[in-house]
Amino acid sequence: MIRTLSDAIKDLVHDGESVAMEGFTHLIPFSAADEIIRQGIKDLTLIRMTPDLIYDRMIGAGCASKLVFSWGGNPGVGSLHRFRDAIENSWPRPLEIEEHTHAGLANRYLAGASGLPFAILRGYQGSDLLDHTENVKIIDCPFTGERLAAVKAINPDVTIIHAQQADRNGNVLLWGITGIQKEAALAAKKVIVTVEEIVESFEPKMNSAIIPAFVISAICICPKGSAPSYALDYYERDNDAYIAWNIISKERETFVAWLDKEVLNSPVDVVQS
Amino acid sequence: MSTDQIAEMAWSADEMMTVSAARSLTNTDTCFVGIGIPSTAAILAKATHAPGLTLIYESGTIDTNPSQLPLSIGDGELAQTALTVVSIPEIFNYWLQAGRIKIGFLGAAQIDKFGNINTTIIGSSYDNPKVRLPGAGGATEIAGACIYTTIICRQSTRTFLEKIDFITSCGFGKGPGSRKEYGLTGKGPRNVITDIGILEPDPDSCELVLTQIHVNVTVEHALRSTGWALKISDNLKVTQPPTERELEILRTLNTTSNAHT
Repeated sequence: MIRTLSDAIKDLVHDGESVAMEGFTHLIPFSAADEIIRQGIKDLTLIRMTPDLIYDRMIGAGCASKLVFSWGGNPGVGSLHRFRDAIENSWPRPLEIEEHTHAGLANRYLAGASGLPFAILRGYQGSDLLDHTENVKIIDCPFTGERLAAVKAINPDVTIIHAQQADRNGNVLLWGITGIQKEAALAAKKVIVTVEEIVESFEPKMNSAIIPAFVISAICICPKGSAPSYALDYYERDNDAYIAWNIISKERETFVAWLDKEVLNSPVDVVQS
Repeated sequence: MSTDQIAEMAWSADEMMTVSAARSLTNTDTCFVGIGIPSTAAILAKATHAPGLTLIYESGTIDTNPSQLPLSIGDGELAQTALTVVSIPEIFNYWLQAGRIKIGFLGAAQIDKFGNINTTIIGSSYDNPKVRLPGAGGATEIAGACIYTTIICRQSTRTFLEKIDFITSCGFGKGPGSRKEYGLTGKGPRNVITDIGILEPDPDSCELVLTQIHVNVTVEHALRSTGWALKISDNLKVTQPPTERELEILRTLNTTSNAHT
């Protein structure tokens, strides 16, 4: 259950699979993404509401052939330049996109977690997105006749999330902004959780979520595994790194040099339980 | 106010826009806030005339009380100072979709005369865009389900267009009746607040009309900065200049922002 990150990624993430790595600004699983890049895993369908810096790295590194997303910017800073370069110029390879609204993609996960074929919401209508997005259909409510958006369930091959703690039995505790992680985990066929630390027992926390061991495939101990995003009560968001990314990622050359130094030649610390 | 006093207190067009947006919020409002200038304006309102204002961010933080400007909608301080933090499906389904939030505060890259906004692409082809923008995020459903929306956006012929490249989020669609046809439950844009003035929809045609102009801005400048034949209200009001207190608090917020640590 508790494994090294490199072993867990090697066994559970394969070329061509669909992978959701969630964490809404908080608890973004950066260490796991860097390990996927190091292992050279390719042709992934990457799913994430906010691609953020984590997918900007992976897209720039050539891991993805498709992206399913709902907001692709550098929060508070501006563009995701690798995401833009892939869509605008097909660099380093063409990137197919499937674009949603936040509410729509959140409900796709909700349906996936619930074991239903689709979810409904009052959304997308009046937006040109409807003409460009697969997996959304407008249907009539069978009770009121209201026209509503149906979104197809999303069931990633693998969901990877980061949490503050796991216990010795492999249960996971996260708190603070918990975003869409519970739904993304429960929608997936395989679940990898990276954690800040293993604890003997959980203390009550405000707005916490527990993910039981029996739905988790592997737990990896990755201190600072969500930096430069943050882990509430462990470390703060490195806003300077988000601002610096705007410069690093703007040109292919500076990005490639950064990737080479900071990811490809910077192996993860191997932490054993 | 004398010309000398105005010169002494000089403010930027963005500051006037932010202050005007802050003033549009009241103490009892609930506001779903987008990041950037909308967030700055909402936090300014809370720090000045509207301490009871309820701020809600799409990261799930309800009634949050940040002391600094967050860089992202999920900064730690938003969670730590919130009454409660809920999951993403809950914030969108239970709170936004169910019509519990009065005002949506949104930005835009492009806007048309019916208050439809584009945050998706610049260019004529979705599949081959000239510029790929971030996309919808929460905006499409915020524009649909909040009781009203306020759009905050710099006004120029690059942003205020007869026809926008992509409708990401619906204002009044093609005009009267569109919102009903699309099943949108909120009433749509209440106003568009810019660095030039304030536009409000005509109740019959739904077309945005300039109803207020900021101090020291001319109507000619407003017309020149709009990509459609902008109508000017017969009762055009002039925005009161920012007060010393508004400017002082706004500048303190901007200098202590988490964006500049």
